[in-house]
Amino acid sequence: MVNAALPHEIEVVERIQESPTIFTLRLRFTDPVQHAAFRFEPGQFNMLYLYGVGEVPISIVSDPEDEKLFDHTIRVVGRVTRGLGQLKARDRLGMRGPYGRGWPLKQAEGHDVMIITGGLGCAPVVSVINYVIRRRDRFRRLIIMQGVKHSDDLIWRSQYSQWSKLRDTQVLVAADVGVALWPWHIGRVTELFDQVEFDPSQAMIMMCGPQGMMRVAVDHLLRRGVTEDHIHLSMERNMHCAVGHCGHCQYGGKFVCQDGPVFSYAEARPLFGIQGF
Amino acid sequence: MEAGFLPRAWIQALLDALHRAGYRCVGPQVRDGAIVYDTLDRAGALPQGVRDRQGPGQYRLETTASPRYFSWANGPQALKPFLFAPHEVMWRAERDARGAIRFSEIMPAAEMLAVIGARACDLAALRLQDRHFLQGKFADPYYAARRKNLFLVAVHCTHPADTCFCASTGDGPRATQDFDIALDELDDGYLVQAGSDQGSMITAQLPLAPTTDAQRGIAEQEAQEAARRQTRGLPSRNLRDVLFANLEHPRWENVAERCLSCGNCTAVCPTCFCHGERDVTALDNSHSEHARQWDSCFTQGHSYIHGMTIRADTRMRYRQWLTHKLGSWHDQYGRSGCVGCGRCIAWCPVGIDITEEARAIGGGGGHG
Ligand SMILES: Cc1cc2nc3c(=O)[nH]c(=O)nc-3n(C[C@H](O)[C@H](O)[C@H](O)COP(=O)(O)OP(=O)(O)OC[C@H]3O[C@@H](n4cnc5c(N)ncnc54)[C@H](O)[C@@H]3O)c2cc1C
Ligand code: SF4
Ligand code: SF4
Ligand code: FES
Repeated sequence: MVNAALPHEIEVVERIQESPTIFTLRLRFTDPVQHAAFRFEPGQFNMLYLYGVGEVPISIVSDPEDEKLFDHTIRVVGRVTRGLGQLKARDRLGMRGPYGRGWPLKQAEGHDVMIITGGLGCAPVVSVINYVIRRRDRFRRLIIMQGVKHSDDLIWRSQYSQWSKLRDTQVLVAADVGVALWPWHIGRVTELFDQVEFDPSQAMIMMCGPQGMMRVAVDHLLRRGVTEDHIHLSMERNMHCAVGHCGHCQYGGKFVCQDGPVFSYAEARPLFGIQGF
Repeated sequence: MEAGFLPRAWIQALLDALHRAGYRCVGPQVRDGAIVYDTLDRAGALPQGVRDRQGPGQYRLETTASPRYFSWANGPQALKPFLFAPHEVMWRAERDARGAIRFSEIMPAAEMLAVIGARACDLAALRLQDRHFLQGKFADPYYAARRKNLFLVAVHCTHPADTCFCASTGDGPRATQDFDIALDELDDGYLVQAGSDQGSMITAQLPLAPTTDAQRGIAEQEAQEAARRQTRGLPSRNLRDVLFANLEHPRWENVAERCLSCGNCTAVCPTCFCHGERDVTALDNSHSEHARQWDSCFTQGHSYIHGMTIRADTRMRYRQWLTHKLGSWHDQYGRSGCVGCGRCIAWCPVGIDITEEARAIGGGGGHG
């Protein structure tokens, strides 16, 4: 019987500081055989184990076809993430995964793809943007909407500018508070919906961020005629086991670690936004 | 697989046969005023004539002149702690001077364990725990290692407590499946039935007499009587729709005013599976152990995500517990998460009664 609770040793190959509190670890298994066998889908996550401190769920942001390394972009918030932030190249840590269900990228082929994120470094969707850009012919329009609290919080700033120059791509960025030379909107990202050019009957929406933001976005999209099963959201819950055993990520009759973290709005709706679930 | 009649004086033969087959036996014994399962070598340690009185927030033992060993209903413990350990180390990480980390799993000792006196409600709960820990996408090897070596001697209930309502959930009082041996207790001995090949191997070693129609008649009558005596019940076997349609019912606030959020109900419930994991590093930093421990959806930390707690108050926590146990459990496991054992009623310090709350919130729901 495979013990899904047991981590495997991995090592940091490269560490990139993205912002004062956000960093990316580029990783590989120390055992090349294990590394070669590792497969994942964008939107899935790994449990990263920091020696002696603990485990945390972190999304995989790299391309599934990159065979050399896999990447995690992490924000320092507490015990484990602070320690992960101090790792350097060649440091060892533990990892088990991938877990959960990723974004419906196969289903999205032939559709307009709209990516809506709120908050700092919404890692799970960056993998989708890169995925779509590298396979541009399979998708129609690409719309990227990113909202941040403060303009300084936007990581990968130059990438947003580059993306906005690509054909059939629209980039809408907003900050609640912006400093001088902020080229994008000041206010909520959800205020930009009227500028979005897309075909509601042919669109696949993927979003991630605070529930309040997702609520506003969902309501807008439904009014525009997008169907509930074409809206997908990534949910965040406390996680310990990641394999549907510990109960921490319970969401009604679902375990976010197994049935999610990506849910269609149709699946999430019965309890979506109800306090306490 | 009806095997025969075992006079009470010969019950030791059952323990001896199990010992010979390599099992450690655990059976009911009185400890600190409650009936708990503990290592049982001598039949004389069984709680003869002991009867329990249970009610909301109450559990008390008294002695009677009855010669019976099993004339009580559930104590605080179910089978859960034997399989899903309250605390266990899962693996260990060792780090060498160069920073390399080695992981090794720590499996429970492969002990052969026989439980004497398992009740129908607890066998039903065991089926649910099997489903949860073994039959999903990832099987839990720690639970599996213990489950493989478990031998179950069930005793059909003839003395339900006032808190018992297994007849309404369909899980008791007679044990119908998942036992190796089942016993009907009569005043002078036991009707012995084998439920598995291992069970038959044990019963074959017992000095059994043929059973009589009269004995079978009494056993049958006592079982029916036990079901009839139960006064509590759930309003329906599937309360999912009605509970989720009533998430803003004023009763949630009412129960939250009484509930202490202590989590006792989750600790005694034989189907609750929540646990938390944490790491403990050796003082010399040579290794670190990753352990898990029972947890409860009534704690603050259970639903903590950075910057917020999803269920910040008792109203939301009780609502989470009840809507899961009696509602969304149907989505996950095809049935309710309640087997009617009544422990959460007896062991709640303020006597909150799940059947009463279910009725107050979902009482309008159909009957099943
Ligand atoms: C599916 C999923 C994917 C995620 N992907 C990323 C990512 O790509 N990048 C990133 O920076 N963060 C991500 N997070 C959030 C990240 O897991 C938390 O920030 C991290 O667990 C906090 O741990 P800590 O010990 O540093 O913080 P503390 O606040 O000290 O947390 C202590 C414990 O609480 C729990 N916890 C706290 N916050 C969260 C949270 N937000 N989600 C789940 N459990 C939490 C964990 O069990 C953690 O060990 C993801 C969360 C989930 C559920
Ligand atoms: S909810 Fe209460 S009565 Fe039902 S199985 Fe759990 S402890 Fe027993
Ligand atoms: S709930 Fe039923 S099976 Fe369980 S102890 Fe009570 S009477 Fe026996
Ligand atoms: S994280 Fe344990 S059940 Fe989902």
